[in-house]
Amino acid sequence: MSEHSHPTPGLYVVILLALVVGTCLTWGIAFVDLGKWNPVVALTIAVIKAVLVVLFFMHVHYSSKLTKVTISAGVFWLMIMITMSLSDYLTRTFLPQ
Amino acid sequence: MSTATAIVKPVMPERHFLNDNYGIRSWLLTKDHKRIAILYLFSITFFFLIGGVFASLIRLHLLTPNGELFEADTYNKLFTMHGVNMVFFFLIPSVPAVLGNFLVPIMVGTKDLAFPKINLLSWYLYMAGGTFSMAAMVSGGVDSGWTFYAPLSSGYLKTHVIMLAVGVIIAGFSSIFTGLNFIVTVHRMRAPGMTWGRLPLFVWSNYAASLIMILGTPVIAITLILLALERGFHIGIFDPKLGGDPVLFQHMFWFYSHPAVYIMILPGMGVISEIVPCFSRKRVFGYSFVAFSSVAIAVFGFVVWAHHMFVAGISVYSALVFSLLSYAVAIPSAVKVFNWTATMYKGSIEMSTPMLYAMAFIGLFTIGGLTGLFLAALGLDIHIHDTYFVIAHFHYVMVGGMVTAYLGGLHFWWPKITGRMYPEAPAKLAALITFIGFNLTFFPQFILGYMGMPRRYWAYPPEFQVLNVLSSAGASVLAVGFLLPLLYFAWSLKYGEVAGNNPWQATGLEWETSSPPPTHNFHEIPIVTKDPYAYGEDAEVTVVH
Repeated sequence: MSEHSHPTPGLYVVILLALVVGTCLTWGIAFVDLGKWNPVVALTIAVIKAVLVVLFFMHVHYSSKLTKVTISAGVFWLMIMITMSLSDYLTRTFLPQ
Repeated sequence: MSTATAIVKPVMPERHFLNDNYGIRSWLLTKDHKRIAILYLFSITFFFLIGGVFASLIRLHLLTPNGELFEADTYNKLFTMHGVNMVFFFLIPSVPAVLGNFLVPIMVGTKDLAFPKINLLSWYLYMAGGTFSMAAMVSGGVDSGWTFYAPLSSGYLKTHVIMLAVGVIIAGFSSIFTGLNFIVTVHRMRAPGMTWGRLPLFVWSNYAASLIMILGTPVIAITLILLALERGFHIGIFDPKLGGDPVLFQHMFWFYSHPAVYIMILPGMGVISEIVPCFSRKRVFGYSFVAFSSVAIAVFGFVVWAHHMFVAGISVYSALVFSLLSYAVAIPSAVKVFNWTATMYKGSIEMSTPMLYAMAFIGLFTIGGLTGLFLAALGLDIHIHDTYFVIAHFHYVMVGGMVTAYLGGLHFWWPKITGRMYPEAPAKLAALITFIGFNLTFFPQFILGYMGMPRRYWAYPPEFQVLNVLSSAGASVLAVGFLLPLLYFAWSLKYGEVAGNNPWQATGLEWETSSPPPTHNFHEIPIVTKDPYAYGEDAEVTVVH
């Protein structure tokens, strides 16, 4: 598809519905106690929703490779921050024998 | 038979960017990168002077051990406003927004930056951010420290934290726009023949700093917005009383603020990489290594932040990783220092003012960098954390390194910017005074810190007084060194000798155009056929019509 392609109105509606379903799912799961999986599930749904917005509402799916690489770099840097911060949080309770 | 060589005195070009248009409107609505650089020059000088006044008051207060000049709260505000002014409104924009704005398009051989209107917008955002910062200052000041640590700043202080945070966030967007402009310009607008391997090292270093600006700066904005949410709406993010985590603030703050150190120093390193080959009359040693070390510093700089947090209760395993990575970032920095000295080796060194600043940079930055390794060491850091050793370390990098590079660059390109030479004798004197004043101010602080004097305290034990008096005396010498260039630069605008296109006989596209350059930088399209440091060879640029 060319750089100036846009999603069709039908696709917009499908994405919108997917986002609504994701929101309802997050709300519903909040009432179920999944223990330590609660944030994992909520964050997974949130990430899927964010990806849909970026790919279709922000037209990245139809953009050049350079745009995709630029966005990937931003996400990669975010992952550096999260991963290396977690390297602190997840190992605080490891005590030397 | 004797031969006589006629010496032709250079003349000012008839039309250039400074006289192309007149009136306040032509400046405030300009899209010319060179005029925007001048706007930045005046603005950052203003904030530097404000920050300098705060520094002077701090040093005046510390002349005596019992805190006799200011109340403790006032002292807290002084060091906060000093830090905020200097970090966010001087050090970060200084080289990129002034020298980078002026030079990057000329050095790559194009008419302007990729987005001239966004460039102007970045200056307006900078001024808006500065206005918020000044408003916070005049309405009572802020006492959080420039680091805004939560929950102190989010829950306990009664000062204008949010107003100052808004100022910093807005100034951050200005920084993002500058970085974006540089990256797009370097990728898309290089002159024919200006390959990546022929890019001046100043451009490489600004490019690397730009990567940090656009990847890191949004994080400080998000962090300060979260801080404001907690402070304004009691949403628990950082305050343990509200269910938050204070160490999370430090992780997020330093994820930006440590790489921000490299936003400050990388463009300064670029300046040194231009000055050293020019005044050694030699090709830069190991061009590729110097170029890629800039990118390596930018990338490594993102994974070392928790060395600021070794005593904040982080995991020892994580601390070990961050310590090792902090050592790793010293490697590309050392590559630069070795390559600059190797460039000078057997060179025909001319001790002009820019070279004096460059040599001061190499020495002072090396001391600043090596003492950084002390702080990256897990054991030693416990002893010297939050002491004056840290203050001395980062001032050796930021003032001894960055400000020295900025002044060196300003002297080096002053003839290009204004078309006139500054007077060499007072300039050399100022460089010497700055060097002496700087070392007198900050070297005693290494000793004070090692002896255990903590930073940010408004009073100290009497046995530390001698070193504090030395430091304060040094600060007054340093102030003279900083004020002198203001005087002779202003003098040179009217009385300075006309510089001509290339007063230093330097290589590089900026020296091919007139001084000051025309509005569109070049009358004809430059075609680059040689590398930027071809000293001792034919001129590297040919011009086609």
